[in-house]
Amino acid sequence: MAEELKMLEETVSKEYEYGFVTNIETDVINKGINEDVIHLISSKKNEPEWMLEWRLKAYYQWLKMEEPTWPNVTYPKINYQDIIYYAAPKKKPKLGSLDEVDPELLKTFDKLGISLSEQKRLSGVAVDVVMDSVSVATSFKEQLAEVGIIFCSISEAIQKHPDLVRKHIGSVVPMNDNYFSALNSAVFTDGSFCYIPKGVRCPMELSTYFRINQENSGQFERTLIIAEEGAYVSYLEGCTAPKRDANQLHAAVVELKAMAKAEIKYSTVQNWYPGDENGKGGIYNFVTKRGICMGDFSKISWTQVETGAAITWKYPSVILKGDNTIGEFYSVALTNNYQQADTGTKMIHLGKNTKSRIVSKGISAGKSQNSYRGLVRAAKGALNARNYSQCDSLLLGDKCGAHTFPYIESKNKTAIIEHEATTSKIGEDQLFYCQQRGIDAETAVALIVTGFAKEVMNQLPMEFAVEAQKLLAVSLEGSVG
Amino acid sequence: MLKIKDIHASIDGKEILKGLNLDIQPGEVHAIMGPNGGGKSTLASVLAGRENYEVTAGTIDFDGKDMLDLSPEERAREGLFLAFQYPVEIPGVSTTNFIKTAVNEKRKHLGQPPLDAVAFLKTMKEKTALVEIDKSLLSRSLNEGFSGGEKKRNEIFQMAMLEPKLAILDETDSGLDIDALRIVANGVNQLRNEHNSIIVITHYQRLLDYLQPDFVHVLVEGKIVKSGTKELALELEEKGYDFIKESLNATAAV
Repeated sequence: MAEELKMLEETVSKEYEYGFVTNIETDVINKGINEDVIHLISSKKNEPEWMLEWRLKAYYQWLKMEEPTWPNVTYPKINYQDIIYYAAPKKKPKLGSLDEVDPELLKTFDKLGISLSEQKRLSGVAVDVVMDSVSVATSFKEQLAEVGIIFCSISEAIQKHPDLVRKHIGSVVPMNDNYFSALNSAVFTDGSFCYIPKGVRCPMELSTYFRINQENSGQFERTLIIAEEGAYVSYLEGCTAPKRDANQLHAAVVELKAMAKAEIKYSTVQNWYPGDENGKGGIYNFVTKRGICMGDFSKISWTQVETGAAITWKYPSVILKGDNTIGEFYSVALTNNYQQADTGTKMIHLGKNTKSRIVSKGISAGKSQNSYRGLVRAAKGALNARNYSQCDSLLLGDKCGAHTFPYIESKNKTAIIEHEATTSKIGEDQLFYCQQRGIDAETAVALIVTGFAKEVMNQLPMEFAVEAQKLLAVSLEGSVG
Repeated sequence: MLKIKDIHASIDGKEILKGLNLDIQPGEVHAIMGPNGGGKSTLASVLAGRENYEVTAGTIDFDGKDMLDLSPEERAREGLFLAFQYPVEIPGVSTTNFIKTAVNEKRKHLGQPPLDAVAFLKTMKEKTALVEIDKSLLSRSLNEGFSGGEKKRNEIFQMAMLEPKLAILDETDSGLDIDALRIVANGVNQLRNEHNSIIVITHYQRLLDYLQPDFVHVLVEGKIVKSGTKELALELEEKGYDFIKESLNATAAV
């Protein structure tokens, strides 16, 4: 028994694969946050006055707020004056083609296995790469522009499409929604902007890779996706980060807006540096993601595969405002070593005949803690609201924890809300069975975990599913990769 | 094929096998019978290399290799197969995917290239017919929601796919109705040839009626106390284990 456990532990310990640093000259401002810093960020980005005012307003709100303590995670107090709020590569290339991109940067992409040229050639994925806060490469833009789709960095959108940004930013996640969204609103440096006009079906999967590169630089992305009536878009977000000792704060805000009959599918593979096997270092991932189904018959679907970050605090949610709207949340959260994850979703049913589905798969290994926290709310007017939630936890070893915190609020009698939860352990019996068939423990763990997460993995677009599967295996195994 | 010499094995400090000897030649089918708690399943676990069974003395030679030196997966890749008494369920992993992984791990070990999809499917098709297993089961999660009979049939199907040198059937007949028993037994019989050997652990004569073992051994209190031909099984069926115990006591008293 003891040996079996030891084997499990060895199997799941694996050093972070993407621990390397790119050597690129960076433009950094001094540590700390104050009014001047916000002025500086705004002026460095050459922003219009309204944007600066919006940021300042958020900053003042933030000052009055307190960091939340309700999540089931523990970490040393963050010194917000010890964070660098802006870091941008100095050589800001103007890109006509990939040949003009800094070769160092291209090398990084190669190491990540996301070489743009390859991506372009093979998968037909348009990639908007965010490297330390500033977008440095965008592809397929022209092709998208032909059908009227805008896909660019949010900085560029502020310059070129100020009316659209001004109209929608903060309309799904208000700046004062929570402590981290307020901070993000004040100091966000970049992110993605995506606008799909009425009736347009985006011809390709849109994809962004984020990467923190400058030591001690918090990264505050801001993403805004708007799908007009009858539009469809599938958006992929993936990230890896270099190995670092100092904790890095990552507080992103993502807002999705689906008008009548529109559909947004948002997929994430998150692989921030999780800290070492002793729990040292790692990214604090405090993210606010929310979508609103504004119009009738619209649909928003979140799929996430979370394997990285020292601490994850993240609840991609859907507000089902229109009638007959659908919200979905599919999640795999894997924690190992000393990682902590408190993640889940909120499904807020407001319209009639709204449906939501939650499938959450938590995998805990090492000494990690993995919590599902979810809220399903059916408002008074949400006649015939329907929710199905399934929360499964898988434990590897006997030093980790899995927790489930489901909150259900129903204010009308026609709502049907179902919640199912299971907790299982990768058993000695399962491992031995696999071994008896010639499959070693490590491969067996990967096989069992992949099987456990399959329902969610199936939701990912093909090109992502393969990567995500690999990531699960890599995060758990000792020698693969 | 298999030479077990004076094996002592314990679990949680309690000795279960107390000096067991067994010699199996290629092509032979050996039945192991005996009362509950005699050590039958322990023998299967020790041979398969289950972690919490500690071998304290003795040797096991498996086709020229020191079996006790090999990990469970190495034993499997070398050609040892255990048909489990209680096959486990693995949700989300299809039976096909599972067997493909197992087959290719074995091939890798033997220095053979992995089977491509076409070759694999062809083999699957042949073997499904052999054990009369419902093909729809193969695309479902391994053993999940399978009936007792389906699980056992799946074990024999995996045995067919992996073509082991030595197969151990650990109470494969338990929980099977007559039809399922016949199908399982037929499957095993078709897999039988002059190169491979089978150990059948069972309580009942009915499986042996189909399998016709070359030898029958009675395992009592961690030792093989009586060996014979298939007629011994009939005698056991008729008289129960008490007659063996009585004769043992009589011997002890002398």
